Amino acid sequence: MSTQPTISPANAAARADSQPVEMLLNMGPQHPSTHGVFRMVLWVDGEKIIDVEPHIGYLHRGSEKLCEGEQYHQIVTLFDRMDYIGNFNNELAYCMAVESLMGVAVPERAEYIRVILCELNRIASHLLYVGTMGLDAGAMTPVMFSFRGRERVQALFEAVSGARMMHNYFRVGGLKEDVPDNFRQLVDELMPLLREDVEQSDRILTFNEIFLSRLKDVSPISADEAIALGLTGPLLRACGYEYDVRKAQPYSVYDRFNFDVPVGLDGDCWDRHWVRVQEMYESLRIVEQAMAQLPDGPVASPLGRRLIRPPAGEVYVRAENPRGEIGVYLVSDGTDKPYRLKVRPPSFCNLSALRRLLRDTWLADSVVVLGSLDIVLGEVDR
Amino acid sequence: MSFLIDLGWSALGLAVMFLALSVIVLSMVWLERKTLGRLQRRYGPTRTGMFGLMQPIADAVKLIIKEDIIPEDSEKAIFWIAPVIVVVSAFIIWVTIPGGDNAVVRNLPLGLFYIVAFAVIGILGLVLAGWGSANKYGIMGGLRSAAQLISYEIPVVLVAAAVAILAQSLDMREIVSQQATLPYIALMPLGFVVFFIAGLAEVGRTPFDIYHAESEVVGGPFVEYSGAHWSVFFLAEYINTFAIAALTALLFLGGWGGPALPDVVWFLLKTYAVVLVVFWVRGTFPRLRIDQLMSFAWKVMVPLSFYTVISAAVYRFYEWPWWSLTLMSAAGLAVAGWIIYRRMTAPVRRVAEVRARVAAMRRSS
Repeated sequence: MSTQPTISPANAAARADSQPVEMLLNMGPQHPSTHGVFRMVLWVDGEKIIDVEPHIGYLHRGSEKLCEGEQYHQIVTLFDRMDYIGNFNNELAYCMAVESLMGVAVPERAEYIRVILCELNRIASHLLYVGTMGLDAGAMTPVMFSFRGRERVQALFEAVSGARMMHNYFRVGGLKEDVPDNFRQLVDELMPLLREDVEQSDRILTFNEIFLSRLKDVSPISADEAIALGLTGPLLRACGYEYDVRKAQPYSVYDRFNFDVPVGLDGDCWDRHWVRVQEMYESLRIVEQAMAQLPDGPVASPLGRRLIRPPAGEVYVRAENPRGEIGVYLVSDGTDKPYRLKVRPPSFCNLSALRRLLRDTWLADSVVVLGSLDIVLGEVDR
Repeated sequence: MSFLIDLGWSALGLAVMFLALSVIVLSMVWLERKTLGRLQRRYGPTRTGMFGLMQPIADAVKLIIKEDIIPEDSEKAIFWIAPVIVVVSAFIIWVTIPGGDNAVVRNLPLGLFYIVAFAVIGILGLVLAGWGSANKYGIMGGLRSAAQLISYEIPVVLVAAAVAILAQSLDMREIVSQQATLPYIALMPLGFVVFFIAGLAEVGRTPFDIYHAESEVVGGPFVEYSGAHWSVFFLAEYINTFAIAALTALLFLGGWGGPALPDVVWFLLKTYAVVLVVFWVRGTFPRLRIDQLMSFAWKVMVPLSFYTVISAAVYRFYEWPWWSLTLMSAAGLAVAGWIIYRRMTAPVRRVAEVRARVAAMRRSS
């Protein structure tokens, strides 16, 4: 039991004040609230956190290297398995990268269906976040409400793509196949129910007095610092900085929809929560508009099902994932397989702020802060 | 000879009490799962017997036949004795908690004092369990439980003292018979609220389930326990919940007093009503943080319980009419409730204010 400390405490003054009660606390990879196989070694003084050392890599599968050995159409499945909560968003980012390298125009109907599915996926992802945030804060009911909504979305995804999670539905230049004939009816049935589920899991948690006192003013961060740390997505917007790739550099058909980018005030845990909840309402708005505008026409890629060989060159494409900005850097040497494929995963970059965010917090806050980062280990470790 | 007969009756009474409590715990497990299920818009257990009534028995069988793992590094003796301490202290107070005019193992003239005194022993078991299991989460949970339970013991004891002042007795039977005309909740609404909230903290129920918080210390003192050892803690926790509910019913809701039905039935009705509220709270609220819990205890609960005692004493001393105490208590409850509500919702108001200002700025620019 005489483990030597493997980390150097950042706050030497805090150490000097309280010599005898410090200890190393290993949290994870099998801790119930580290959201997968994340591990952090906490240096604690009683209930106070002095420092934290994150350990990642328990879910490393070498996805980027694997991409180099697969043909372009096959790589979509690997992207499904990176951020396994926001599958469609990930597929979209990859497909856009190859499309921009090849200069392929995607059929309009395919773009709309992509947006609809991506926004529904964003809602499903944020619903998962709300539920697990409730669990982290000790409330057991929100997860039941939010998973009901998530289940409904996944049923729609299954009807569309045949799979609840690993869809493999987007193709370079289009979609695998058109949506089922009753797609419009399915979405029309889903929307009011989904809105009800979002509202329920919002109402039971967001303004609850105990939840507020647990999350408000916990690990606040300024917008400057957030940018310096490379935070994106809801974490950056919670600081009051209005940055959303869908608005800043509209891709697909996002410039045709009317939606707001919710921003927080203080950049604390509660603002992160609030921003995500508001994003769900905005996504519902986008889906409604996209369904109203959904055109007829082909969805299949103009490239057909042939083997594709993008011209030699490189491209960097970014998109707004539920967790933040995903970047795909693709280098092609003109063969049927990418020469190099590098992903900028939002979870990984957001997680790098953990040490800063956990400064001067309580042990009980550590799970809440980690929950507010909303990481997916499949994407962190790749 | 009479001593032996006495002993025999006591043994019989204890056996009946043990059986009754076991059945009550089983019923509470079922009730909790069903209540939470309904609160969360699902069914709860349905597959084990009618309405899933056999679910607690299935749970118990599963727990008992599980392997009982004792960690290598644990202090074996302490690890073994800790659950015993917890469960004994949970059972021992029931000796003098009456479930009806005669449904009590041994009614003591100092019954309330006895209950308050012996309920504290359980803390020792929790601390020892955390310490003995040689686990950092266990130690943290154990120390959390010591801090939490001792802090909340004070409001519980003080409010119980206020009740004793009103009833001029520590005899549980006497306290209940004093409430035949007017239950004490009508006299001391503040005392009732303080007692119930402190009682929730005392048994470690949501929102005060901090010492065994699953998402933070992964079960706290119980983290290394499994099988039958763990189920003993579980048993003790439910008995304690029922005890707090029963004490709330006895001290404030008029105990077994009520028309038409037998006294035990009234007692059970009132106690289960309080238990349902406990489950309802569990299905609704998140968990407080340990520092918030402690400041709530020392800055809110303890002053309010002092106020309760003093107002009860003043009312007794000057022989004022009964509604004067109600007024004093209700006024205290209203003021305290308003202050706490303002404090806790302050962030929401601030957020709304700043958002309105930002929106106005955007419009003007």
